[in-house]
Amino acid sequence: MKIKPLQIIAHIILILGVLLMVVPIWISFASSSHDSVTILTEGMKFHIGDQLARNYNEVLNEKGGWSEEVTAAKMFINSFIMALGIATLKVAISAMSAYALVYYRFKLAVPIFWLIFITLLVPLEVRIFPSYKIVSDLGLTNSYTGLILPLVASATATFFFRQFYKTIPDELLESAKLDGANGWSFFIDFLVPLSKTMIAAMFIFMFVYGYSQYLWPLIMTTAEEYWTVVMGMKIIYTESYEGVALPRTAERFAYIILSMIPPVLVVVFLQKWFIKGLIQTEK
Amino acid sequence: MSFLDLKNVTKIYPNGTKAVHETSLSINEGEFMVFVGPSGCGKSTLLRMVAGLEDITEGDINLDGKLMNEVDPSERDVAMVFQNYALYPHMNVYNNLAYGLKNRGIDKETIEQKVNDAAKLLQISDYLQRKPSMLSGGQRQRVAMGRAIVRNPKIFLFDEPLSNLDAKLRIQMRLEIKKLQQKVGVTSIFVTHDQVEAMTLADRLAVINNGIIEQLGTPIEIYDNPKSLFVAGFIGSPQMNFLDGNLKNKTLSAEGFEIKDINSDYEGEVTLGIRPEHLIQTENGLINLKVDLVEQLGSDNLVYGQLKNKKDFCYRCPGNQTIEKGSNLSLNIENNKHYIFDKSTGKRVN
Repeated sequence: MKIKPLQIIAHIILILGVLLMVVPIWISFASSSHDSVTILTEGMKFHIGDQLARNYNEVLNEKGGWSEEVTAAKMFINSFIMALGIATLKVAISAMSAYALVYYRFKLAVPIFWLIFITLLVPLEVRIFPSYKIVSDLGLTNSYTGLILPLVASATATFFFRQFYKTIPDELLESAKLDGANGWSFFIDFLVPLSKTMIAAMFIFMFVYGYSQYLWPLIMTTAEEYWTVVMGMKIIYTESYEGVALPRTAERFAYIILSMIPPVLVVVFLQKWFIKGLIQTEK
Repeated sequence: MSFLDLKNVTKIYPNGTKAVHETSLSINEGEFMVFVGPSGCGKSTLLRMVAGLEDITEGDINLDGKLMNEVDPSERDVAMVFQNYALYPHMNVYNNLAYGLKNRGIDKETIEQKVNDAAKLLQISDYLQRKPSMLSGGQRQRVAMGRAIVRNPKIFLFDEPLSNLDAKLRIQMRLEIKKLQQKVGVTSIFVTHDQVEAMTLADRLAVINNGIIEQLGTPIEIYDNPKSLFVAGFIGSPQMNFLDGNLKNKTLSAEGFEIKDINSDYEGEVTLGIRPEHLIQTENGLINLKVDLVEQLGSDNLVYGQLKNKKDFCYRCPGNQTIEKGSNLSLNIENNKHYIFDKSTGKRVN
């Protein structure tokens, strides 16, 4: 087969794109395997050094924070719980509210939908004080419930689920009804399996959204045992200004690499589902 | 009392459209009833009201002695085959068939036995593990029917189930549906716009137009004795020829010919209907046809042409006759088989 010039150019562009994504991650990873002094004196590294195990062990198990109580491992777990809770509840609530909006044709369905949609214009950052007030009045500060609950409504996901349900032919519902399905079993037996791919995609987006939350956990948590990864990243950076210690650059890189792992795992794990769904649910 | 009883059933949509006018109809147990009519005539709406998928605006539907008006579709014990089959795309054939049984809380062994029996009956046993997307049109059709049969419902409802199939398969499935219905013996209502399907399947036929049952009867009754202009034009292929005429003193004068001793006292403007197959060639016949086109179907020839007044006309003759394009034919009405309708109301007058 002859290779056309256009194909070569296309591949060059693609390879450049891949490098653009991969090289920074590789540099971070490689740098995280040297000791801080080497990086400070010689700059970032392309090759793997000999301090890998030490740096990662340090990051995961050394107690940090103002009162030296929290480890990075604990922060990863916190972030994971928060992101998992947000993603799961967001997907479940959006799917169910979209189901109500599409299949129960009550009079106010359309205005309610637009009301939900308008909440896109009011992100958490805008309503952070009222949200904090409510959560703190409920006594939920410094708890997982407080971290998760105010973030579980999603207009975007509701919108996507609504659009998807609208493409499902009415006959399917009618046929299911004649087969004795009620409102709940139609949702569980039909809409959920049919929207597997949607659910997987939404879960990934929402997980990453939850994982990368910064402002909300920062305001919400005063106890260090509820700190999250993104907060920890800030703290690790500020640490270097205290006293005369050298900035711990290598550990920072290790921390960054570790903080990427949970979202990557979610994507890798759900991708199987994602592709499976794409192949199987053709109609 | 009959098995399914419709009493003055009416459907008015919220926007004020009256889709079904006061309709009363009785269907006996085991009967195969066909609703036939052009698209938008309300036949599907009527069927969906029986299924419970549309609310009944007025009137009563009784099934097996029980009033069904307020009964939820899932409680009615009816099964429906949809035009696009509405198979469950994410379940394999086995689960498609078993779903309705599972919802009724039947135990696993019974379900398995029932599904296997239905699959054997419909010859889909080999595909039980496949997804609907891996089946051909005919196989999907069978699965859709299997899903209806397996529940052993009081009544089968078919909503134009054959219109997605190609011509050959449609004829084959038509036969199979009829055989199956006879074997299972379940009361059925079949909705179609195809008059051939209607004629071949029905024990009784309801010709529906604009939300009104124009005529109810066996296929042959309706073919032989259409009560209105609409029924006469709808049933029969090729379509009946219609000519304008005037009836006076039991004599019909149409375009260029007269028929005497008409069995009717009606006087005034009428429409004369003659089926293409009720004509024979003779010398000095009533009708002169100038041939424009001949369609040779093998067993029959369909001869299209014009009368003296440029009116289109069709004549059906056996396939062994050779008819030249451009020739003139002289035709008579066989055994005086003609139909006369009041031109203003469309009602039959002879």
